Amino acid sequence: MAMITFKINRFDPDDERRGHYLQEYRLDICKGCTVLEALNEIKWKQDGTLTFRRSCRSGICGSCAMTINGVNRLACETQVLALKTQAVTVEPMRGYPVVKDLVVSLDPLVRGLLAVKPYLITKTPPPSDQERYQSPEDRARLDGLYECILCGACTSSCPSFWADKEYIGPHAFLKAYRFVADTRDEGSGEHLEALDDRHGLWRCHTIFNCVEACPKALNPTKAISELKKELVKQRLG
Amino acid sequence: MTKFDPESISDVKGVPVHSVHRHDVVIVGAGLAGMRAAVEASAEFDVAVLSKVFPTRSHSGAAQGGIAAALANEEEDHWEWHMFDSVKGSDYLGDQDAIEILVREAPIVVREFEHMGCPFSRTPKGRIAQRMFGGHTKDFGRGGPILRACYAADRTGHVLLHTLYEVCLRNQVRFYPEFYALALIVRDGVCRGVVGWDVINGGVHVFHAKAVLFGTGGYGQVFKINSNALANTGDGLSLALRAGVPLEDMEFVQFHPTGLYKSGILVSEAARGEGGYLTNDKGERFMERYAPSKMELAPRDLVSRSIQTEINEGRGVGGEAYVNCDLRHLGAEKIMTLLPQIHELATKFMDIDCTKEPIPIQPTAHYSMGGIPTDIDCRVLLDGKSKLLAGFYAAGECACVSVHGANRLGTNSCLEASLFGRRAGKAIVAFLRETRDFPELPSDAADAAIAEVERLLASQGSESVGALKDELQEKMDIECGIFRDAEKLERLTGELRGLEQRYRNVKIDDRGGKFNYDLLEALELGHMLDFVELIVAGALKRQESRGAHSRTDFPERDDGKWLRHTIAFKRDDKIEFDYKPVTITRFPPKARTY
Repeated sequence: MAMITFKINRFDPDDERRGHYLQEYRLDICKGCTVLEALNEIKWKQDGTLTFRRSCRSGICGSCAMTINGVNRLACETQVLALKTQAVTVEPMRGYPVVKDLVVSLDPLVRGLLAVKPYLITKTPPPSDQERYQSPEDRARLDGLYECILCGACTSSCPSFWADKEYIGPHAFLKAYRFVADTRDEGSGEHLEALDDRHGLWRCHTIFNCVEACPKALNPTKAISELKKELVKQRLG
Repeated sequence: MTKFDPESISDVKGVPVHSVHRHDVVIVGAGLAGMRAAVEASAEFDVAVLSKVFPTRSHSGAAQGGIAAALANEEEDHWEWHMFDSVKGSDYLGDQDAIEILVREAPIVVREFEHMGCPFSRTPKGRIAQRMFGGHTKDFGRGGPILRACYAADRTGHVLLHTLYEVCLRNQVRFYPEFYALALIVRDGVCRGVVGWDVINGGVHVFHAKAVLFGTGGYGQVFKINSNALANTGDGLSLALRAGVPLEDMEFVQFHPTGLYKSGILVSEAARGEGGYLTNDKGERFMERYAPSKMELAPRDLVSRSIQTEINEGRGVGGEAYVNCDLRHLGAEKIMTLLPQIHELATKFMDIDCTKEPIPIQPTAHYSMGGIPTDIDCRVLLDGKSKLLAGFYAAGECACVSVHGANRLGTNSCLEASLFGRRAGKAIVAFLRETRDFPELPSDAADAAIAEVERLLASQGSESVGALKDELQEKMDIECGIFRDAEKLERLTGELRGLEQRYRNVKIDDRGGKFNYDLLEALELGHMLDFVELIVAGALKRQESRGAHSRTDFPERDDGKWLRHTIAFKRDDKIEFDYKPVTITRFPPKARTY
């Protein structure tokens, strides 16, 4: 057990004049307690107005991405005591419009996704009563890409996105490459089309913030460099 | 496609004109059932999907182990074998006409997922890979465990869900993300739409529709130890109840054998499917005593009872309320390739490296076999038997068709949600081809919903939502958990009435309209208190032990009296029961041993 002070960003959209401020809550934290459990405890026992998204509690739904002690993480899989600080600062992910307290708008995420046509594009009809075949080696190319939970932590951490709100974002690049790398996909040109744009791929300056921010240990920067190679190939080809 | 015509929008009292929407189909819930139906219907009609969470946050995405289909990619398999296993798994309460559809269409549904782009794991020959799962066997139960569960590592639900979301984006399905359904609009036996709450901006909206589909999921949150998302509060069930629809077989709640100790977070059955052991304080593989031939791969109800018995009789590890799930003998490579998410969960939530230490687990409330009664085309049955509620459909965990009967087999839920979502989509398309006009929208359609929200926002009570929910969950765990008896259930019935009384005096802190989860949690608690009574009353009535419903005062299955479905209505706050026979086509009931 340890007494921890949580400094939590508050923002009430109905009181914009007050703006953003940090409010402190104190809580006894035992071993194993996650930041999400602490936030729930505060909401349920101390202050029902504290607002944050949450759902699965197990790191798969992507709802509770937020900035904890300056780093984007999923609150549900971050142990409070593992942070090893007496005070824990919790803020909404930066870069996105804040809706309330820790809740941000997901619209930029969806906009970026739509730009890359985030679905399998095929021209050849699939076999009628069978799956398409794909070797385990070809399937392995999708590892590190298909696991994305769309939490938005990567794009929120990206300086190119801070500078340009129309920037498509590493989450969408990762998704684009998930399809470009798929041997079943026949639409790489279509996925790449939007990327060759002033809000696209070339605005990535390989700062690797997205890699650091990803709670699922995925590597959008690598996907981006693969996509750049694909684009160059296409231009030359 | 029906064109939006602002001229024809009806006035609804208390709702601004721009908040009245019209779509051919309104789907509530963006999990596997809802989005699979949306994919099907959006090719021809205007489809809207309301979801209380952003679509890919839906709890289908947490399914880990697989989706069952007798593809025979890895070894000989037949739909008849899958059918036998599902019937036996259901403890003969599943309707065999529905189960036959489930197992015969399963290969089509799984292959369609592949065609949509789903990244399944592959066999060396490049086909969809399959693994073992509890209760799935060879040769009508005479052989050993079979490779039937199609998977993508241990992230199967995730890949299915994201694939459907991607196809919905391709088909330009209209999403209303973070819209919470407040009421179903039903008049004169016709469903006319849904009243919703815009969570982000606040405000009541009305969705006028020719067809409404509920794919609203389960209610694990009524138990303290559960594997479910915080969003799984069973809202759809009580919305149906409040519209006069009964609920079927609500007493059957699945407790998954392997939840992480204390948090209840799911450790996929894939852990046992790939060869994991369950061991007690003495290090014994205790399943030897309960299911000597199938061991850890016996069905979930049996394994959960076995674990709970070990714990109750003092053989939990260190005398605590858990046993071990041991994967160490599988080796680090197999664990990291086939069960990477389990490794991650054990590390992040228990600080345990499962390649070196066993994982402490306990049974966790997981899945609702019962739900909104439907026919095999997902059309909702107003009397639970044959009378239709025109224009209203349900599929997935919130529905009871009934393919799972008294106990669901692992990997049959992803299958049911997707397959019956698809069937619902097809049934809705057929219905819409015959239905030119929108049903009339009553001008008082939103009255009750508006009143409910206003009452809560203005409430000056003294009871906290969090505390009431805590009490509900704890009581349900203790008195309506794996082992039940009349005494506990009767006590619980009284306690639930007390909680309901206190709920009327509830308070919320947040009075704002925008992103008010305080309000949402109060609404959710109201829903839970509404339908939870039916679970308890059904459990008290059913004086037998069948599948997941285990009465210590009635330990035997009683086919003479209880080979029938419970249909429970709530009228003027009173519960009324009716029953209907089980459909039996191929497999007459037999003793169920593993």
